[in-house]
Amino acid sequence: MFLINCPFCGERDQSEFSSGGEAHIVRPKQPTELSDDEWAEYLFMRKNIKGIQFERWNHVHGCRKWFNVVRDTSNDKILSVYKMGEKPPVNYK
Amino acid sequence: MPNYRIHKTEYIDETKRVSFKYDGKTYFGYEGDTLASALLANGIHLVGRSFKYHRPRGIVSCGAEEPNAICQIGSKKDLTEPNVRATELELHEGLEASSQNCWPNVKFDIGGINNFISPLIPAGFYYKTFMWPKSFWKKVYEPLIRLSAGLGKSPTEPDPDIYDHKYVHYDVLVIGGGVSGIIAAKMAAKNNLKTLLVDDKKILGGSTIYQNNESIKIDDKLSSEWLKNEIQEIKKLSNLTIKTRTSIAAYHGYNFLLAKENLTDHLPEEKKKNKIRQRLWKIRAKKVVIATGSIERPLVFNNNDRPGILLSNSINKYLDYYGVTCGENIILFTNNDSAYETSISLHKKGIKNLIVDLRKSASSELIKQAESLGIKIYFNYVVTNTFGYRKINSLEIMKLSEDGNTTVGDKIKLSCDCLGMSGGWTPMVHMHTQSGGKLDFRDEDQVFLPKENSEDQISVGSCNGDFDLENIIDKTVNKINKFLDIDNQDYQDTNIICSKENDKRNIWLLPNKIPLGKTKCFIDFQNDSTAKDIKLALKEGFRSIEHVKRYTTTGMATDQGKLSNMHALGIIADTAGVKMGTLGTTTFRPPFTPLTFGTLVGRNVGKFFEVVRKTSMHEWHVKNNAEFENVGQWKRPWYYPKNGENMHDAVQRESKAARDNAGILDASTLGKIDIQGTDASEFLNRVYTNAWSKLAIGKCRYGLMLNEDGMVYDDGVTTRISENHYLMTTTTGGAANVLSKLEDYLQTEWPELDVYLTSVTDHYSTASICGPNSKKILNKLFPNLDLSDENFPHMSFKEAKLENINCRIMRISFTGELSYEINIESKYGHSLWKMCIEAGKEFNLTPYGTETMHLLRAEKGFIIVGQDTDGTMTPSDLQMDWIVSKKKYDFIGKRSLYRSDTIREDRKQLVGLLTDDPKEILEEGAQIVSDVKSNPMDMLGHVTSSYFSPNLNKSIALAVVKSGKTMKGQKLIIPMENKNINVTVSDTIFLDKENKRLNA
Ligand SMILES: [Zn+2]
Repeated sequence: MFLINCPFCGERDQSEFSSGGEAHIVRPKQPTELSDDEWAEYLFMRKNIKGIQFERWNHVHGCRKWFNVVRDTSNDKILSVYKMGEKPPVNYK
Repeated sequence: MPNYRIHKTEYIDETKRVSFKYDGKTYFGYEGDTLASALLANGIHLVGRSFKYHRPRGIVSCGAEEPNAICQIGSKKDLTEPNVRATELELHEGLEASSQNCWPNVKFDIGGINNFISPLIPAGFYYKTFMWPKSFWKKVYEPLIRLSAGLGKSPTEPDPDIYDHKYVHYDVLVIGGGVSGIIAAKMAAKNNLKTLLVDDKKILGGSTIYQNNESIKIDDKLSSEWLKNEIQEIKKLSNLTIKTRTSIAAYHGYNFLLAKENLTDHLPEEKKKNKIRQRLWKIRAKKVVIATGSIERPLVFNNNDRPGILLSNSINKYLDYYGVTCGENIILFTNNDSAYETSISLHKKGIKNLIVDLRKSASSELIKQAESLGIKIYFNYVVTNTFGYRKINSLEIMKLSEDGNTTVGDKIKLSCDCLGMSGGWTPMVHMHTQSGGKLDFRDEDQVFLPKENSEDQISVGSCNGDFDLENIIDKTVNKINKFLDIDNQDYQDTNIICSKENDKRNIWLLPNKIPLGKTKCFIDFQNDSTAKDIKLALKEGFRSIEHVKRYTTTGMATDQGKLSNMHALGIIADTAGVKMGTLGTTTFRPPFTPLTFGTLVGRNVGKFFEVVRKTSMHEWHVKNNAEFENVGQWKRPWYYPKNGENMHDAVQRESKAARDNAGILDASTLGKIDIQGTDASEFLNRVYTNAWSKLAIGKCRYGLMLNEDGMVYDDGVTTRISENHYLMTTTTGGAANVLSKLEDYLQTEWPELDVYLTSVTDHYSTASICGPNSKKILNKLFPNLDLSDENFPHMSFKEAKLENINCRIMRISFTGELSYEINIESKYGHSLWKMCIEAGKEFNLTPYGTETMHLLRAEKGFIIVGQDTDGTMTPSDLQMDWIVSKKKYDFIGKRSLYRSDTIREDRKQLVGLLTDDPKEILEEGAQIVSDVKSNPMDMLGHVTSSYFSPNLNKSIALAVVKSGKTMKGQKLIIPMENKNINVTVSDTIFLDKENKRLNA
């Protein structure tokens, strides 16, 4: 059970959050211009990394805000949290 | 009656005699006893039959690792509990226990016949034997296996006990109250860290608390005396909480641990009343110190499972803690020094004993002490066989060869009434590995040790592989100072003297002249697997420890292999010729010891099991005899039976009334989202498939929401309240998810939009009145409101007052009838409803429930998201292309609507079905085919909604069928268990295609 440091509320139990999968996947601005393959890439393809992964989480039973999390999936340690729209911390790239 | 209680100890209160029943017979013990120690004091070793061969089995240990002494406690239907370890159960007045896994009784057991046919029960027996014929599985094999497996009986009635949950936060959690745990807790607490110390026993002190050997001393005192003093000291510390009878069940990530506290299991019946039985502690600790100790290993030799064969250290504890001797003529069989402590203690209490030691020779303080007391020691000998049916009465030993692989010389037969075995010690690394920690292997004494790699968790004491007291204390102090970043000096000058073990010899499977196939060398006592089974599994090609474990069932019983896993690994390594450390171990999973369901669910039982949401009108529905349906957490009226009507009759009546006169539905549960902001219209444009910019203020529009994959996600009517203010409705079940999804897009994809979302589902109550009389009822309720079609047309909205209370009225329809939805602040919902009912009396207003609502909308071919759709239906599949804007550049899911897969013409599409026999009602979920002769039948789709329509006087159904759009008029078949039903594909709209009734 993680402890997640919501950037708006502080440290809370994982049960207050829901996970929203991989972060930094931007919805294409002009979907109609894309081929089936390109659209499928956006729609379906997700990384499943053993190691450092960038994820979206929602404080669904709290402030309802979405934010980003850097998590090492090999030991579940959360290395960093940052708000939507902010750049991912460079040291984990 | 024999009495094996031979001396007084401070832990047994001989002034408090306790009577208890075991297998129907009454015995006596004392306060302080466990069931096991009380049985042993009465001379009872035989406590059960083994799982597979039904061999007589006795008490083996004194703790959580016990594989044999597993009892059924109590006999009441609601309070009986299976699989309780007698070694952990504290004796109390009125305790009723019985042995498990034996029928008709423990002394004469029918399953014992398995012992003689055991060559027929090899490893993988269940997999190999019960495969064929297939039809036998359910009726013959499974009941038979379950009967003879006999792992206790479940209670058949609800548990009347009270259970509790508690969340706590600590700086430091110390698991285990032995010598290292006590030191760690004291150091932490004295350095201002809020500390919790838990121990599963009744008192602290671990195995040091009854230690009484003169060769082991701390500050010139017996180690037990020194420790008692320490315990007194820590009890005074204000920021240390001590919880005894509390065991850690699970160690999850982020130092989140679950502990079970036993509060009343040790109390007599009358003192248990109205008290919490067990409490589940949910602990968050910044740092965790694991001091869980170690478990003595059995030795693997022929017939090592007879009653009267125990772990050597357990014999010691029964003697020095409980004052009970396990025999009068005891042999100790060992490969290490710890059995010598037991031997010396027995000797001092006048119990005859001798030692058989695997080692060629050994020297240490303890051994010198034993020798000087004249205790006979057979060095370099091995036990090769034991005798005695219900209890051991003698054994054979033989000399070991130089390499230890075989035996040499003649057998020596020795008589005894008890055998203690000690195969060394296994550190309890369960907690460490549960927390994600890795292990190292130490070859010298063949133990897995915690690999330190965490800042938040540390192992100290013998669970860290430190076995002698000097080592334990010194290392614990150093490690804790470092781990907690403190500089505690309390133990700086502590002077420890202890015997040091110098010689080791470990043989996992002890040699024997008898071929392995003819021996019974048990590894897992509880699941009855032997060394032979492990070897057979290897022979049959199994290599991975996880596979061997499952194939032989070693380590898979309720004790999870606490005594057996290491031996299984060792034998696999030796047989395969690999180093044991390279094999890895099986995974230790929570719970460490079994938990009751009661503890896990706590108070969340009965009406607290799940949150129940009720509308403001709920009380009225109850008074008016409604049957309720669960929709998500909501209780919704399903139908209102009158005068003993069944569901069908009630729904037929309600449906007819709604179309002939008027019906009223509690629609309060529909999700409501308040949308405000200058970009609200643009936002709706992007989330719905149709266009919203041109919706006039005061108008309503139906919208369909897709997932980005193009599949229908939710639907509902949205009303434009003012320029920048909309009220969206969603399905009852989808409300929370829709809000989440909308928030997601707003916050992450379109943060530039000025839009605010608020869930207002609970803020408003909704009464929906439909039918040809609805306008008259509305007129009565709102005499000043102009209800003319010109002023208040279909799909529009008005604000009105009901006795000065503001209402929002939407003229929208989910039934196809002229229909109004009145929304009012929830606190007035009940009054609104009653006023509607009152006003509707003269117009035959009939309350109807969800079932009638479903029927009415099906007559009109309106879909229900989640019933007629299942996450694989596009708008086009639903024949709803009309609602997908061609002009809009983008909306959620648009691009997916022309992926190669979504434009396939043979997708499953929504159609209507009419049965050839209009009285025949189809079953929802039934499969649809065109040809019943092919095998297997080609399934074209399934029925999604099906009703008997009283308004059309025939059966109607909605279904999804491959290429259904092109099949109108075609005949299809619904094959049922005992008949085939013929149907014809029809339009999805069965009633009033022209929508005349909307303006009736
Ligand atoms: Zn938050």
